[in-house]
Amino acid sequence: MKEITEQSVTITTEKARQMRRNIISMLGQAGSGHTGGSLSASDIVACLYFWEMNIDPKNPGWEARDRFVLSKGHAAPVLYAALAEKGFFPQDYLNRLRKLGSPLQGHPDMRKLPGVEASTGSLGQGISWAVGMALAGKMDQKPYRVYALLGDGEIEEGMVWEASMAAAHYKLDNLTAFIDNNGLQIDGRVEEVMSPLPIPDKFRAFGWEVLEIDGHDHRQIMQALNTARTVQNRPTAVIAHTIKGKGCSFMENRAEWHGVAPKPDEVEKALAELS
Amino acid sequence: MDKQATRDAYGKALVELGQLHDNIVVLDADLSKSTKTADFAKAFPERFINAGIAEQNMVGMAAGLAAAGKVVFASSFAIFATGRAFEQVRNSLAYANLNVKICATHSGITVGEDGGSHQSVEDIAVMRSIPNLSVIVPADGVSTRLALFRLYEQPGPVYLRLGRPALPLLYKDDTDFQIGRGIELRQGRDATVIACGGMVSLALEACRILAEEGIQVSLVDMHTIKPLDQDLIIRKAKETGAILTVEEHNIIGGLGGAVCEAVSENYPIPVKRMGIEDVFGQSGKPDELMQYYGLTVDKIVQNIRLLLKKK
Ligand SMILES: Cc1ncc(C[n+]2csc(CCOP(=O)(O)OP(=O)(O)O)c2C)c(N)n1
Ligand SMILES: [Mg+2]
Repeated sequence: MKEITEQSVTITTEKARQMRRNIISMLGQAGSGHTGGSLSASDIVACLYFWEMNIDPKNPGWEARDRFVLSKGHAAPVLYAALAEKGFFPQDYLNRLRKLGSPLQGHPDMRKLPGVEASTGSLGQGISWAVGMALAGKMDQKPYRVYALLGDGEIEEGMVWEASMAAAHYKLDNLTAFIDNNGLQIDGRVEEVMSPLPIPDKFRAFGWEVLEIDGHDHRQIMQALNTARTVQNRPTAVIAHTIKGKGCSFMENRAEWHGVAPKPDEVEKALAELS
Repeated sequence: MDKQATRDAYGKALVELGQLHDNIVVLDADLSKSTKTADFAKAFPERFINAGIAEQNMVGMAAGLAAAGKVVFASSFAIFATGRAFEQVRNSLAYANLNVKICATHSGITVGEDGGSHQSVEDIAVMRSIPNLSVIVPADGVSTRLALFRLYEQPGPVYLRLGRPALPLLYKDDTDFQIGRGIELRQGRDATVIACGGMVSLALEACRILAEEGIQVSLVDMHTIKPLDQDLIIRKAKETGAILTVEEHNIIGGLGGAVCEAVSENYPIPVKRMGIEDVFGQSGKPDELMQYYGLTVDKIVQNIRLLLKKK
């Protein structure tokens, strides 16, 4: 059980704010990309990288490291912001998001950028990778933990439930999956497009430990991570209630901010809100 | 020259068809704004089904709808429609020979900034290898619309490959567009270019440049990759003695592969395949990527010159 201190919350909160600023700037520079889902996941990813995970930016291939799989790969900017902030690569890489020849591909490419654990972007596939990594950890009796982040639209993919079945079947208590439950996918609200509800009951029925939190409350995120570490013989799903576009008032809860980058004036406005 | 993306033409033609035939049903998998099926969804909400982010189930449902008498158009990005749902296309649609048209957009590298994970360079090859399935790659908006009308009249499973970027309009509404019949856009005796999709307009430009030097090149828009217009290919092989194929797809298994199969078995002559050279794509602006992977007018001109030396 890790202690959740005032100081640790201050640190991750500041990191999340910095990450959000970088997300806005890099997307502004790129001129395209996925803004809403990067911002909704910033607090979860900040707590993972700056409180929870045992990783070493100097040694990204370290065998005993914890692993994070961004299953909702379109939110690449949130991963890049965390990795840069952590020191996996120079901050100025962020200026080349989505540009020809850049290690920062539109969707994460593990062969191009240190710290990226899985090449994702095709929804549904990342959670299966995470299950595989957790299985390897069990086989080799390594103590590392595996974390995955999925979208609430992404879980409409049948593959997610195949992976969930396998994770419970193999009793992967070293696996924690966050569901970024921002209520939106591309074509609209998840319950209107193709309802995955009720999400907690589904994971519970598949044999997972299920926690429900406010995905922007760092104490709750840390508390969930603490709990997940104590759960035995089954994986943990953390259903994180979030707001798509969180942190930029004019983007919040708006489906149209799923796959567009802010224009220069919008970048300015957003950065002012995040200062 | 006016321009239109084939996906835009698709969205509009679907609405036109929907007005004419009330047995048409359209499916999408949470990409209706990008694939342009949103136009149909707006016009005929009761005949539009959003499968959510579940391409395999979309294709499976399409099979059921078709088996129950509907004419089904199902859309997603090319990578997901042909990749994630491959085996449903194979077993539920093609094996059962059902009347479903998989109309996939965002094919090839002109997807652009989303990068290699989203750029399908193998879809023609995998779809072409499935029995019963026709494969169609229109070169502009007008022929996309004509293809769609023809497809409605002709029952059976189809893969229609559409793109993201705006392309020059090459055809008129009264063009004689027949599934399985390549269109000869230029006649020349020195060599033949066979192209599909967005590469046709680039090839046309290349042929014009060479014509100024007195090199006369035939150009075929091979919009139907399957069933392939073998007669036309063999005739052009005999008339011109050299063929260049051009496609926004892996040089393995696509248009180039199909043409080589036809030529080598029937009338072997030099063939050069232009396309993506068996590598994955990456992020970048569509135009930059076309330059980077060598899909340009200049490269077509260059390759025709090289080919002429081999005759
Ligand atoms: C297999 C697959 N199908 C479709 C897409 C296109 N796509 C990208 S993001 C997205 C919506 C994702 O919604 P959600 O999972 O809720 O993500 P978030 O709201 O967190 O951005 C879709 C359909 C994809 N990347 N992969
Ligand atoms: Mg969502």
